[in-house]
Amino acid sequence: MSTTKELWVYAEQRDGKIAGVVQELLSQGQILADKAGFTLAAVLPSANGAELCQELYNFGAKKVYTIDDPKLADYQNDYYARAVAQLINEKKPEIVLYGATTIGRSLAPTVAVMVDAGLTADCTELDFDVEAGNLLQTRPAFGGNIMATIICPDHRPQMSTVRSNVFKKTKLSDNEAGEQVEYSVDLSGVPERMRRIEAVHEADTNSIDLNAAQFIVSGGRGVGKPENFKVIYDLASELGAAVGASRATVDAGWISHHHQVGQTGKTVCPVIYIACGISGAIQHLAGMQSSDMIIAINKDPDAPIFDIADFGLIGDLHEIVPEFKKQIAAFKA
Amino acid sequence: MNIVVCIKQVPDSDKVTIDRETNRLNRAGVPSIINPFDENALEMALQLKDKHGGKVTVISMGPPQAEQALRTALSHGADEAILVSDRKFGGADTWATSYTISLAIKKLEDVDLILFGKQAIDGDTAQVGPGVAHFLDIPMLTYAQGVEVTGETFKVNKVTEDGYEIWDIDKPAALTVVKEANELRMPSLKKKMAAKKAEIPCWGYDELNPIDENIGLSGSPTKVSKIFAPPVKLNKEILSGEPSDMIAELIKKLKEQHVL
Repeated sequence: MSTTKELWVYAEQRDGKIAGVVQELLSQGQILADKAGFTLAAVLPSANGAELCQELYNFGAKKVYTIDDPKLADYQNDYYARAVAQLINEKKPEIVLYGATTIGRSLAPTVAVMVDAGLTADCTELDFDVEAGNLLQTRPAFGGNIMATIICPDHRPQMSTVRSNVFKKTKLSDNEAGEQVEYSVDLSGVPERMRRIEAVHEADTNSIDLNAAQFIVSGGRGVGKPENFKVIYDLASELGAAVGASRATVDAGWISHHHQVGQTGKTVCPVIYIACGISGAIQHLAGMQSSDMIIAINKDPDAPIFDIADFGLIGDLHEIVPEFKKQIAAFKA
Repeated sequence: MNIVVCIKQVPDSDKVTIDRETNRLNRAGVPSIINPFDENALEMALQLKDKHGGKVTVISMGPPQAEQALRTALSHGADEAILVSDRKFGGADTWATSYTISLAIKKLEDVDLILFGKQAIDGDTAQVGPGVAHFLDIPMLTYAQGVEVTGETFKVNKVTEDGYEIWDIDKPAALTVVKEANELRMPSLKKKMAAKKAEIPCWGYDELNPIDENIGLSGSPTKVSKIFAPPVKLNKEILSGEPSDMIAELIKKLKEQHVL
């Protein structure tokens, strides 16, 4: 058995498909593992893990612990938590990272109390203090008004959840080498206390676009009324961008909640985020401030959105946005 | 049916700021509210009670002033309130908080359902609901937007990233509740008056008899190493004037930076 300490990424799968955030966590995990001198490994509970290992190797996992059981085909909190907790208690990893998905935010807190680990939610930065051996987990608190760095000095593993699009993913190649370690957990003693009856996937291409989009054009209260979202859609279409929205416009019923960006909506990280008529409430900034470049269009020069913008355009979005579209069209031609 | 709703008193987080010189929180004058997601948990409990009868008990762990949040919950229709408070519980992270609240719930009899808001807006961890469920050894589902009683089980509709799932979960169960579930009813004048006078028991160290190393700071694996203000952008450019000039300037800059 290897004596190297390990950093684990929970390899979340649904319907036999690895969640996108897992690739991001492996890429960031690689950076941390290199700094700490740890081995990067993934933990994969599923019905048939062998098929999914290659993808995890390709994003940096040197080792994949597969836990195969028919009861682990679909996520069920009791079974998954038992499986992951048992593996942690046996192998004693230093760090375990989870995606802050609906599954991760159920599994990680359950495992944390089962194995007496510290858990820090929704980290936006992860670094490693080599001297102290501590994971430095930085996250926003109070709706993003404050950043806090959390450590877990006396308990192992140190565990964090991270939202999608916080870290960049880097695929190493299509045929990285890695080692599959099969691990079995006896789930017969875990009582069956809940059963999934139905899973409904609502097709919404827009919400998928937001997560993957290079460019996002977002509308806020300044758009004025639902039909005015047309100028936002027009610019987005010219740029090949996805359409986002502030909570105010979603609460007002101008646009579906699938478009909502912010603390209670989606976290996005595009190359360019164009905020139109969005004042910049903290809860909105929490979902988009890590975008590579932020362009803000607002008629109020004191709007807080200008504090985090790279480019601020002061004026009426109803004039500026159509002009933007016109000049982009001319530029492309 | 006996339902417990766990609520947290939080500062209205939009109004909390940090002093960029001293890195201390400015909390003075910031109003305290019931965590907004806990209002949805409370309303879910009240609707179940309307339909099936029973009792709704609200529990809050926090400093003595958290009693105010409990009185507010009573004014909206909760039947009983319990404050979990002791200096020895101070400094608890989500691990120690989950443990402590679970001890309080264990003292209640015949609980069928325990509800939490999906997360609290001050810490946004969403960890205490799952933690309490584990310490009570009961099944738990997160992100519930609807619940129905079906004999000895609950039928729960839970939100996922791309839709929803329907689950059947045994009693007693724990759920965390999303905003989409409902909107909290208004308090009635009569209940407001009663809430002002209600006796709210306070359960502390002596009542809960916890294991010392599981509570407060010593029961908390995570420690805050530092807090600081979010970084500000320094090299920003603010343009104003004619829309066509502004956009021309912007596109020129974007070309220079090779993003177009």
